[in-house]
Amino acid sequence: MKINDVILQTVTKIVVFIILTMAVYLFVSGHNSPGGGFIGGLVLASALVLLFLAFDTETIMNRIPLDFKMVAAVGAFIAVATGVVSLFFDVPFLSQAYSYFNLPVFGQTGLATVTIFELGVALAVVGVVVTIILSISEDV
Amino acid sequence: MSTLHAAIILPFILAIGVPLLKRLPGRPHPGWAVLLGPAALFIYFLGQIPSVQAGQGIVSTIPWIPSLGIEVTVLLDGLSLLFALLISGIGALVTLYSIFYMDKKREAVHRFYTYLLLFMGAMLGVVLSDNLIVLYGFWELTSISSFLLISFWHHRERSRYGAFKSMLITVFGGLAMLAGFVLLYRMTGTFSIREIIQSTDLIKGHSLMLPTLLLVLLGAFTKSAQFPFHIWLPDAMEAPTPVSAYLHSATMVKAGLYLVARLTPVFAGQAAWFWLVSAVGLITLIFGSFKAIKQTDLKAMLAFSTISQLGLIMALLGLGSASGYFTDIQQSLFYSKATMAAIFHLLNHAVFKGALFMVVGIVDHETGTRDIRKLGGLMSIMPVTFTVALIGTFSMAGIPPFGGFLSKEMFFTAVLNAGEMGIWNMQTWSLWFPLIAWVASVFTFAYSMVLLFRTFTGKLQEQELSKRPHEAPVGMLISPVIMASLALVFGLFPGLLSYSLIEPAMASILPGLLAPGEKFQVSIQFWHGWTPEVFMTIGVIAVGILVFALSSKIKALHNPLFTRFSLNGVYDSGLRTMERSSQWITNKYMTGSVRHYLIYIFAFLIVVLGVIMFAFDGFSLDMSSYAPVTIYETAILLALIIAASAVPFANSRLLAIILTGSVGYMVTLFFVIFRAPDLALTQLIVETVSVTLFLLCFYHLPKLKKELSVLKFKLTNFLISLGVGTMVTLIALSALSAGSSHPFESISKFFLEASYKLAGGKNVVNVILVDFRGFDTMLEIVVLGIASLGIYAMIRLSLDDEQQVQLPS
Repeated sequence: MKINDVILQTVTKIVVFIILTMAVYLFVSGHNSPGGGFIGGLVLASALVLLFLAFDTETIMNRIPLDFKMVAAVGAFIAVATGVVSLFFDVPFLSQAYSYFNLPVFGQTGLATVTIFELGVALAVVGVVVTIILSISEDV
Repeated sequence: MSTLHAAIILPFILAIGVPLLKRLPGRPHPGWAVLLGPAALFIYFLGQIPSVQAGQGIVSTIPWIPSLGIEVTVLLDGLSLLFALLISGIGALVTLYSIFYMDKKREAVHRFYTYLLLFMGAMLGVVLSDNLIVLYGFWELTSISSFLLISFWHHRERSRYGAFKSMLITVFGGLAMLAGFVLLYRMTGTFSIREIIQSTDLIKGHSLMLPTLLLVLLGAFTKSAQFPFHIWLPDAMEAPTPVSAYLHSATMVKAGLYLVARLTPVFAGQAAWFWLVSAVGLITLIFGSFKAIKQTDLKAMLAFSTISQLGLIMALLGLGSASGYFTDIQQSLFYSKATMAAIFHLLNHAVFKGALFMVVGIVDHETGTRDIRKLGGLMSIMPVTFTVALIGTFSMAGIPPFGGFLSKEMFFTAVLNAGEMGIWNMQTWSLWFPLIAWVASVFTFAYSMVLLFRTFTGKLQEQELSKRPHEAPVGMLISPVIMASLALVFGLFPGLLSYSLIEPAMASILPGLLAPGEKFQVSIQFWHGWTPEVFMTIGVIAVGILVFALSSKIKALHNPLFTRFSLNGVYDSGLRTMERSSQWITNKYMTGSVRHYLIYIFAFLIVVLGVIMFAFDGFSLDMSSYAPVTIYETAILLALIIAASAVPFANSRLLAIILTGSVGYMVTLFFVIFRAPDLALTQLIVETVSVTLFLLCFYHLPKLKKELSVLKFKLTNFLISLGVGTMVTLIALSALSAGSSHPFESISKFFLEASYKLAGGKNVVNVILVDFRGFDTMLEIVVLGIASLGIYAMIRLSLDDEQQVQLPS
């Protein structure tokens, strides 16, 4: 029997953007308010999970042709790399720096190398969660 | 590096070279090449006699581990020269003998000589080392090479059994000896024997003296086959006969004697040393001689004879150590005669026992049997062998004019002198020493006669023998003839030995008795008047002949006595019991059930934590720093308790999963009211994921054995869980109180202040996670990555049923 889940799919199409926005918000604001790479990554992964639930895995994987094992590896690599880069500047491993810049659109903005590290964390979390869920769903 | 170092290393280098001889064209017998080694060493050591006699031995040091005081120091004095001559001289003779004994076509001769040379080098190392640790190293090497030699015919079950037994016993003693050496180091601060001897004052009266003495003696007794550790020696007779002749009569079993003699200057004058060494020696002496009579195998007889003779020498060393007690020089010299007798008999025994083993080897080789009941009447067939056997056995029995007679007389003198000592309760025992010595000598005489006459006289039973007996080849006879002649020469011209070897050896065993520049005056004479010793010897011969004549009847008498209780039985059943009981214990607690292991772990946790907290009075309760409790916390806590305690009572797994999930969400609420937004967010999502995964597991439970019943109540589990809960709560409360009574400043203040200033972030939690302690976070995401790869691998890479690896059950 073919289940017609058009309502779920329609709602998903809208809600996914809200969740993704939320994820990006949590990620970006993590330094100054609750959130950060870990939570941001989890929320982003949950958006993907919702997509997997509403549509089937194959459809989504065709649209987002990413190997999530690679995503996790890239995330871990970025996190380690930020640490290694700090060695080139003659400071201890994983030293972070930040500064304020006058950007054309945003005005005075604080940019920190921590964000790159957080990006690594977020990517690793997304990769890990999706890999786990996809492997299990394949087994079932 | 000195020539002496080179002498020790030479056999090892040869041992490396021996397997290469296999490549030689025509494959000559490797024994000829090997023979050069000990022969050269023997000549070298002979050349050292004059300088050692003059008291100018060699001392040379090569640093090995200087930071630990371990140096390869070699020392050539009278005692070590005596042993080195024995090792190299008999080594050369045994090698010569083995060339004819070991068939190069049928036997793995190259392996044999490798082991033999290893042993020779190790033995030289033992007697020439001055450093105790180096000595121990060589000591264990003799155990190992002896193990290899005993099991040379490793396809035989008895050989393997004998090798294993000797290994267990000698290594056990060796390790005890090592412990004794370490204790010596504790007391004196040096591993050098010479320095230890100079600092005996530190040892006398030290509380570690007695344990040291016992441990060192344990090593010496096991190696020298003293009662009750002698049991390995008869079983070691499964080795090829040259090995038995070399290791188990002349050299290795004398390593224990060497050790006792070497450490006599350290322990002489101690009652415990005197009593242990002489009493164990005497017991071994009489026990060995008693058991030797009832043997039917020639080699077994010689083995027990060796045990008995080693006991004799040990007893003499013990009696001689009494001279260290007396301050009067005349008295000391009087008792030091025992030591002289020990050295003299040690030499005598090495030559006649070596000769006898070779004789037995010849008999075995030429008739195919060593069983005394099948042998007889070989006298006219093997005249040379018979002559050698005659000299050997007569020397062993103590009949003039052979060396054994002289040493036996000196032995009697020593035991008679012991009666006059008047110290250490010797008065009560003074009669026993000569008595035991005399009875043992009677037995010795008897088994020597059995050995000689049952083998060579009587009727030839040719139908019992697998070969037609004939005289051995000349090459095989050279070594025993040389040794027998030595036994005769030692008897007729004892002065040869006394000046060259015995005096310097005495000087190194009893250095305290000599003023600088003085020498011992050793004179061994054949005839010294109508002394009690002479009458004792006459008695020995008279009664010995009687015992020999009645030996078959006596044998029948004491046979059941021995079969009822034997030390071998004790050893075997002890080994069996140990194996069985350890298996039993392992089976008892290694059940394979994870539940049991968890019980052990938790019970251990409770007991250790409880005992430590109790012993150090760690429990405390101080409520002054507690925060006030609000209504929200109370409400959430109540809900949490209800949900958590409902889990064990849930009658379905689904309910249990949901209850667990609700506990998780309740914790999220706690994070909210304790103002931890990041934690609350993370907890919420992670809890959802884990409940989902639980449900997944639940859905896929196997259909066959679905359990939907309530958890069974088990008292042990209940008590354990109660105990863990109580323990952890108590510790938490105590830690809280301790924290309030020792108010350390929390470092969180720093983070609160520095978070924005240094890291430019207002979310302190996040700043800590990614900046202050970013290293943890980095590794945690690696952990997550590993977990996901693990799951992926488990699911994707599982083997099919056919490919499944069969695990041993």
